[in-house]
Amino acid sequence: MYRYDKYDQAMVDARVAEFRDQARRRLEGKMTEDQFKPLRLQNGLYLQLHAYMLRVAVPYGTLNAQQMHMLADIADKYDRGYGHFTTRQNIQYNWIKLEDTADILADLAKVEMHAIQTSGNCIRNISSDQYAGAAADELIDPRPYAELLRQWSSFHPEFLALPRKFKICVIASETDRAAMKLHDIGIRIVKNDAGEIGAAFYVGGGMGRTPMIAPLIREFVPLDQLITYAEACLRVYNRYGRRDNKFKARIKILVHELGKEEYARQVEEEFAHLLTQDIEPPLAELERIKEYFADPAFEAGASDEIDLSDPDFALWVKNNCHAHKQPGYITATISLKPVGGIPGDASAAQMHLMAELGKEYSFDEMRVTHAQNIVLPHVKKADLYTLWQKLDEAGLGAANLDSIEDIIACPGLDYCSLANARSIPVAQKISERFAGNGKTETLGELKLKISGCINACGHHHAGHIGILGVDKKGLENYQLLLGGCEGEDTSLGKITGPGFTEDGIVDAVDKAADVYLAQRQEGERFLDTYRRIGMDPFKEAIYG
Amino acid sequence: MKILTGNDLRTGQVTWWTGQGWSIHVEDAVDVGDQADAIAAREEGARRVNVPYAINAEIDEKGGVRPAHIKDRIRALGPTVRPDLTLKPADPEAGNWVI
Ligand code: SF4
Repeated sequence: MYRYDKYDQAMVDARVAEFRDQARRRLEGKMTEDQFKPLRLQNGLYLQLHAYMLRVAVPYGTLNAQQMHMLADIADKYDRGYGHFTTRQNIQYNWIKLEDTADILADLAKVEMHAIQTSGNCIRNISSDQYAGAAADELIDPRPYAELLRQWSSFHPEFLALPRKFKICVIASETDRAAMKLHDIGIRIVKNDAGEIGAAFYVGGGMGRTPMIAPLIREFVPLDQLITYAEACLRVYNRYGRRDNKFKARIKILVHELGKEEYARQVEEEFAHLLTQDIEPPLAELERIKEYFADPAFEAGASDEIDLSDPDFALWVKNNCHAHKQPGYITATISLKPVGGIPGDASAAQMHLMAELGKEYSFDEMRVTHAQNIVLPHVKKADLYTLWQKLDEAGLGAANLDSIEDIIACPGLDYCSLANARSIPVAQKISERFAGNGKTETLGELKLKISGCINACGHHHAGHIGILGVDKKGLENYQLLLGGCEGEDTSLGKITGPGFTEDGIVDAVDKAADVYLAQRQEGERFLDTYRRIGMDPFKEAIYG
Repeated sequence: MKILTGNDLRTGQVTWWTGQGWSIHVEDAVDVGDQADAIAAREEGARRVNVPYAINAEIDEKGGVRPAHIKDRIRALGPTVRPDLTLKPADPEAGNWVI
């Protein structure tokens, strides 16, 4: 994985020193909160319901054992012994003190991490496929391009005050595991008819109050023009994106209002101009970055055999493991969704354990997924059973990936100052209900996503079943959505009808699951059945 | 009644105006009547609180102060999903108070 050079380190260290001074001046009363707020937000520090919250960037979700140990140490030393992995492949701490924050940032800088650009109207952490560099189905490893984009977008002077926040995702396989089309810019690395590798640009997707699927703006951008084209996309947005209305300021609104053809035309014009300016980073820099993403020293001829005689282990392998490009290896996902647990939360002890296991069994590499789980990308199949035993002993062996228990849930009203309703208790009740009634395994792939407000951090629009918390005359209420999907066949969920109480929404989900079980045809997932039979049978069962 | 709340500038901890100072216990909050803005401006200026704001509250049947909105009741108690981290870790009924 990428390691900082002296420039990266100098930039991050300088930012820590700068923030230390800003925080000191705030605490001494030399700055008002109005003056300080934009500065702390630029360093990922929010003020939430119970305390300050610090969001730390995990670039394209990749981290090593030393970094994970540091995240655990920070949880222990400065927080309350845990952290929350987010749908943006980051981690958040909920109980941070302003007076400690500069020390935390200094600790992060020691392991090449930071919280820069995790908030504010700038280009946020670049996201990617959690199986990048390991997946059997990928064209190339997208991470060098994600890293190139990270370097280009970090402190980019032109894009630090965009009309609104901006999220970019890069993937390199047909299967979309990163909700690519629901980003401001989604980049899929593709091969054209001539066999050349380039990038397809999807621009103007997003969730929030106006969810939109990004349309394809350009089918093929040569990889040696990737940054130039991205810059052109951003420039058109920066120039014409609406600054007069926060709710219409995202690029999706601009692309929608201009129409994708007109937006693409303007980007082409800007792109042609930028090509004359020669802004693409030198190829040598890309080559330097690529060296960091060389394959680890896989053992040649490693066995593909896995002894599946332990049924619990066999279930975990079936549900939580993914095909690896290297014979004898496999990619394993650690579910952070124990039954009745808090989705995405990990204790410091669990983080330390995952770090140790990542070091021992996955070439010192881990990934955070947008579904709030942790991936060990390169596990030797011969080690898999031992690894699983260690995870299981620590309560990290849940075999429920992509099932109805593998719920994405935002922090909701338990932590978030923007929330209308709590998300986590709903997730807990649903996972307990389905673990209890034994339907989870029968249901198979069923992605359920919960947001505590219209901002959609819990991706409810993209859930096969989505739940949105709303405020109904001061009471928590939950709307149910069906038919969303964040994969290559991205679709947006539709609201079933009137909302529910907390217990009511759990019953409604159970009824929707039963409709699927009764009506499914051979090989159909919940989503396929919904797409075939439509909303009505579900509505009848739920409201009937 | 109107009560005044905010966060401690240094720690971010939720605090409530008691008439003399700031407490982390909502039970200590007092009715500020029409004085909310004046107290808030004075206290924020002295950096004893960050982003204070007034909210509606009532005295509940047990004589305690109950903020009108669920968000402030969760602020007063702590996250309902981590009773161990709330101000009332030993009270199994504490979460019900929020709802
Ligand atoms: S969706 Fe709303 S409630 Fe949930 S984390 Fe985002 S802003 Fe907060």
